Amino acid sequence: MAGVRVLVGTKKGAFVLTADGARCEWKVDGPHFAGWEIYHVTGSPVDQNRLYASQSTGWFGQLIQRSDDGGVTWEPMNNEFVYEGDVGTHLFFDGTPRPWEFKRVWHLEPSLDDPDTVYAGVEDAALFKSTDGAAGWSELTGLRGHGSGEKWSPGAGGMGLHTIVLDPSNAQRMYVAISAAGVFRTDDGGNTWSSKNHGLVSPWELPDPDAEVGHCVHRIALHPANPSTLYMQKHWDVNRSDDGGETWYEVSGNLPSDFGFVVDVHAHEPETIYVVPIKSDSEHFPPDGRLRVYRSRTGGNEWEALTNGLPQEHCYVDVLRDSMAVDSLDECGVYFGTTGGQVYCSPDGGDTWSAIVRDLPPVYSVEVQTLP
Amino acid sequence: MIRVRLPYHLRNLAGTGAEVELEIDGPVTQRKVLDALEARYPMLRGTMRDLTTHQRRPFIRFFACQEDLSNDDVDAALPEAVATGCEPYLVVGSMAGG
Repeated sequence: MAGVRVLVGTKKGAFVLTADGARCEWKVDGPHFAGWEIYHVTGSPVDQNRLYASQSTGWFGQLIQRSDDGGVTWEPMNNEFVYEGDVGTHLFFDGTPRPWEFKRVWHLEPSLDDPDTVYAGVEDAALFKSTDGAAGWSELTGLRGHGSGEKWSPGAGGMGLHTIVLDPSNAQRMYVAISAAGVFRTDDGGNTWSSKNHGLVSPWELPDPDAEVGHCVHRIALHPANPSTLYMQKHWDVNRSDDGGETWYEVSGNLPSDFGFVVDVHAHEPETIYVVPIKSDSEHFPPDGRLRVYRSRTGGNEWEALTNGLPQEHCYVDVLRDSMAVDSLDECGVYFGTTGGQVYCSPDGGDTWSAIVRDLPPVYSVEVQTLP
Repeated sequence: MIRVRLPYHLRNLAGTGAEVELEIDGPVTQRKVLDALEARYPMLRGTMRDLTTHQRRPFIRFFACQEDLSNDDVDAALPEAVATGCEPYLVVGSMAGG
């Protein structure tokens, strides 16, 4: 019987949650790397036993772990992320120039067709690539060399490259998102990049609200069947692009707040998308203390609240940008984790929810693998 | 024989006990101890000092013989008691935070 493996990164370790296709009874393994911050754990789409994890602390720095047996055992891999060439400067919080300095790996994105190829999005924002299963890393310098780097600045969590989206229809095309620089796209496998932020408006964050770069994009997502359509949760505003990021338009519609971090797409319905509204950048918790996932079946603008099984009073958790995922079982499962340590699962596309676990450390990332 | 005591997370990462023993030729310095430690346990590279500059990570401290050696010359000879294995060289995660 098919099943799922949910990979959870938390402030104090990684957890692996497994269930059969019913997604009712769960086995919880962990913590792996207990006491370490796990910004991201993810698996190769072509080898489900190949996992990668980003492990770090302020004390001991960055490590990369790899598993070849689905998370049972792990091996430390190469952790040398060296910016190539002229480091240059970006803007610091106070608006002054600050040299690039490596801090941590926020996100790991395995290739769609090679388990040994994996991309790493790091803070300070840059993109690295390994073609030998994380035995070595090299920077894709064209991104940081885009020419706009001196205008990039940190979001509240740092200047991280947090989202890497690979186009399944075009191996040369890839999108990345950086807080706070915006979206960039390559059409030549990562050698050269162009900013794709036209249509984004950030009046509260930028002196020029529709600047070419500087937008605090929180997350982007696409559906493999329609890879030119992208969805974005920006700092404020949920946006959509129908032309590969060339232009964006707002689809926040009737959301109770258009601030948030996550956005994801139903596995089988390219126009069904999910967000979790958060009250504001000053108050990182759900509006009215009610944890609600919002679903649009129209690709945005028209949203319905999904509340069945989610706390509807006194809930003041956050849902961070890498903390939502979908499985690809016949009835699409939706998952998200909270800073309160809950990981919720909906086995029916969002109609009903239950907590797989309730008392983990704050959740940084959630990924799901659909197992045969 | 040099004795090196590791903090909890690094001994777990290296798969060792709290203390490891290293053989070092010639004068024993902090640089030689850390070089030997990283050579024996490559997974510790980058966790105590920067991979490129070899500067001590900010929240890591090095103690021995009731002294804080964190800001001493890394090429200065360590105390005789450390060089002879009577006293351990301590790698410590600083206490703030957690």
